[in-house]
Amino acid sequence: MNNLNNIWQSYRAIITFSLMGFVLLFVGFNQSWALVIGIINMSLISAIMALGVNIQWGYAGLFNVGIMGFAALGGVSVVLISQQPVTEAIDVGGIKMLFALALGAATIAAGVLLNRRGVNKWLISLIVVIGYLFTRFYFSEASKLIEKVDPAITGYLGGFGLPIMLSWIVGGLAAAGAAWWIGKITLSLRSDYLAIATLGISEIIIYVIKNEDWFVRGLKNVYGLQRPVPYEVDMQKSEWLQNIVAWIHRSELQLLSQSEQISKLSDYVREASVVFVKLSYSGLFLLILIAFIMLSNLALNSPWGRKVRAIRDNEVAASAMGKNITRQHLQIFVIGSAIVGVAGALLVTYDGIFIPTAYQPLRFTFLIWVMVIVGGSGNNLGSVLGAFIMWFIWIQSGPIGLWAVEMLGNYVQEGNTSLEFIEDRVHYLRLIFMGSIMLLIMRFSPGGILPEKNKEL
Amino acid sequence: MITVKNLSKHFGGIKAVDGVDLHIERGSITGLVGPNGAGKTTMFNLIAGLYQPTEGEIILDGEDVTNLTSHQLFHKGLLRTFQIAHEFPTLSVLENLMMVPANQLGESLMNTWFKRKQIHAQERELQKKAEEVIDFLSISHLKNERAGNLSGGQKKLLELARTMMVDAKVVLLDEVGAGVNRTLLNQIGDAILRLNSERGYTFCMIEHDMDFISRLCNPVVVLAEGQILTSGTPDQIKSSDAVIEAYLGKGIKTEATS
Amino acid sequence: MTSDSVDIINAFALLTNFVLLPALSYGSQLALGALAVTLVYSVLRFSNFAQGDSMAFGTMIVILLTSFMISRGWTISGIPTALLVIPIAIVFTSMYLLTMDRLIYRHYRKIKAKSITIVMSSIGVMFVTGGIVRFVLGATAQKFEDGERFIFSVREFKAYTGLEQGIAFKTSQFLTITIAFLLVAFVFYFLQKTKTGKAMRAYSDNKELALLSGIDPDKMVQITWLLVAALTTIAGALYGLDKGFAPQQYHLLLLPIFASVIVGGIGSPIGAIAGAFLVAFSEILLTYAYKKFLIYLLPLSMHPSSLVQLIGTEYKYAISFVILVIVLLIKPTGLFKGKVIVDE
Repeated sequence: MNNLNNIWQSYRAIITFSLMGFVLLFVGFNQSWALVIGIINMSLISAIMALGVNIQWGYAGLFNVGIMGFAALGGVSVVLISQQPVTEAIDVGGIKMLFALALGAATIAAGVLLNRRGVNKWLISLIVVIGYLFTRFYFSEASKLIEKVDPAITGYLGGFGLPIMLSWIVGGLAAAGAAWWIGKITLSLRSDYLAIATLGISEIIIYVIKNEDWFVRGLKNVYGLQRPVPYEVDMQKSEWLQNIVAWIHRSELQLLSQSEQISKLSDYVREASVVFVKLSYSGLFLLILIAFIMLSNLALNSPWGRKVRAIRDNEVAASAMGKNITRQHLQIFVIGSAIVGVAGALLVTYDGIFIPTAYQPLRFTFLIWVMVIVGGSGNNLGSVLGAFIMWFIWIQSGPIGLWAVEMLGNYVQEGNTSLEFIEDRVHYLRLIFMGSIMLLIMRFSPGGILPEKNKEL
Repeated sequence: MITVKNLSKHFGGIKAVDGVDLHIERGSITGLVGPNGAGKTTMFNLIAGLYQPTEGEIILDGEDVTNLTSHQLFHKGLLRTFQIAHEFPTLSVLENLMMVPANQLGESLMNTWFKRKQIHAQERELQKKAEEVIDFLSISHLKNERAGNLSGGQKKLLELARTMMVDAKVVLLDEVGAGVNRTLLNQIGDAILRLNSERGYTFCMIEHDMDFISRLCNPVVVLAEGQILTSGTPDQIKSSDAVIEAYLGKGIKTEATS
Repeated sequence: MTSDSVDIINAFALLTNFVLLPALSYGSQLALGALAVTLVYSVLRFSNFAQGDSMAFGTMIVILLTSFMISRGWTISGIPTALLVIPIAIVFTSMYLLTMDRLIYRHYRKIKAKSITIVMSSIGVMFVTGGIVRFVLGATAQKFEDGERFIFSVREFKAYTGLEQGIAFKTSQFLTITIAFLLVAFVFYFLQKTKTGKAMRAYSDNKELALLSGIDPDKMVQITWLLVAALTTIAGALYGLDKGFAPQQYHLLLLPIFASVIVGGIGSPIGAIAGAFLVAFSEILLTYAYKKFLIYLLPLSMHPSSLVQLIGTEYKYAISFVILVIVLLIKPTGLFKGKVIVDE
């Protein structure tokens, strides 16, 4: 028994990752490989997001309640970078919008500058209000004009028409910018102000995305985003894929007649093309995840990591030893948020569609948090594991819940209203379930599944 | 070295420090004594930038440092230790020391990715220096121990060691001898004297142990109820009626109410 | 309205109807919520992210009890049934909050966890509570107001005063303002004058000292939760009577509530109330369309064609946030210097 325990302690990561692998293999053999790779891809994206949050929470104790907002900024970047510009809309309202935004920026800059000069507060307020009114006037003019341009298809300015992979970097930068601004304001203050401010900014980002149609089409969604990987249709035409598929299934195909062979093969090729496309995404995501983990580990095993751990151990003493804690926290917060932004961009790229209403705090803030805590806060590998486990549970919890209700239905007579009631509401149990997991892990196993080695005992 | 003018700190209605004028001479070891609640640690926290004073100013080496924060003061050569040891528990003793020097190459994120070699070289130097300090304090056997596992006295030594990793001008020692056994205390005392004479550190220390103070400090400043009661050589202080009254008479009263 | 004359009385009747009364009642609702957050903060030392959803929980109980009462015909004509069941709802909410404290927060107090850890657990509680409410009542909006809808309606007001612009005083607004005033008065009386209230303040000022003078910390915590339950349930019920109940709406109230608390100075009860009214008035003044108001005041030639709305209603939560940011930038301790607890 003791022996077993020792093995568990020293090979925790390997054991848990293998178990996760077996579960995925099981699903693959029993359901479909496309489904499994889909789950893996979403887990990889979630893992990157969780990694960003883990860097903030695990290394600096920064509580980001606005993961959703930073992820959404990544998503917006995808639209703005990769979509083709809508020339007509730009011709009608582009300049006006640019002018309105410049005016807004100038107003804010003037307010800040005059405030620094110590000008009368009332005068500053007056200037800001007048500037705001003009901005708002031109802004609504411009947005009306833009939104009128073929609203069913465009009705927005479009993007820059650049390669979509560029948007991953831009998404990271956009999230970093927002994080810098929020961090600058709140990080020198009490620790929960950051939490409150991130909650606020993330809600506002979502409101803007939903309401400003000229920007990213609001509730009308943006469809047909570019792809960094080939399309299934093109793949099906490629000879080498056909050859590989034919080779894999050669024994089965040999037994069939010519016409059956062709139809069967095209079925297999279609399936293989889906798998191939998803696998290409997996490759990309895995590469990015590994790169982030490597960079993070290099940093942690260096004087930078030592400084960060010292600050986490004792802020007062670290400050007395000359370390600027606010600046360090700001850096970590910005980096973590940037990683979340990149992951947000990856997610929209993978979906191929931008849907503002998909940004729900439960899915984007809370689920990620549960991943970090379940996996083991402070441990990068833990976050990855947490992401895989929680995404799997998340995806399966819907069907399992419905299945449970159905099973219940077999025991209850027909037409029972309470059953309908439960069926209707069963997805809200996710909130309770996820909340409980988080609370239970925090309470009884604060280290998570893969606890960080350096954590204070 | 340090001049404090009319320094006050109020917490709500309590005047923890109340109009203190104090001068710490370059190269001296100034002792700060007084009954519990006299405002000694508050004084330290004010000088070291942990608190902002309600009133008054602090001058370090001719420069006004009243509103600087503690990490800024570190870069001006002012270091401190804490009454309750503030070690970095998850770092080893060696790491506790190696983290101290400022502007290390490897503290910049970019360098940790692109200048691995230079960082390694610098780390080796730092480690050598840390080992020297550990030798100086005769705690070499502890160098790879997690600081959280040290005894109270060892943690105090570690704090002292941290201040030796850089060339400090002034070191504030807050009850460095509290909870430390005799042998270790003598060791700490020797270290302080050597640092003072060999490296020219200026010390200001809060202490309760009168023998320890007599051995190290001159002058000694007595603080009571947030104000300076008197100052002088250890012998003068020991025989001063005002001090005895502060400790035994009024002192007990303050202790009970605070 | 076609008249060319300047009509100040009607203009202000308009403002009273669409700005003053709504802002007063919204402010009162926020004030109760903010007071609850401030109490938890002062005594338990954490920002309670579950406040919005706790209000939803309290309101859920009120709604369930109300429909039960109505189904039994146990109503008093003219008075909203919800009002009658509030005391029982408070009991249930107290039980819920005390259970949560027992199961979750107490542990972190015992191990002296960092306040941010407790904040995080309060987010766990937020989701669990929100889940319970949505599971029981669903996520769609509903109304549970019965009884007289108006103290006086637009028509009655017009008939009485002869003004062109009417003012309606809704029962829910009247109740909100009166009950909030009484409740706040009670809380202040309790904190200032009663022995327990004084002990609570002492405990919040200095825990160690309070323990030495024989104050029972568990009792302080329990009383805090009882007060919070009362404030939370009443705030939730009044908000629901006024604007209808929707879980998401309650969840989002967190932002204006936090803004109120921080504007006023976190930990300061007076500040929480002042902050709440500041936030409520800013929100309503900035999202109100001034077109009709200006038509009353300006000569025909200057009548505005647009809505003259400073900020779209969809961004009302952004207003709380902007206020929050401005306060954090200019005066992080808030208007009424709250206590700033240093994390260590």
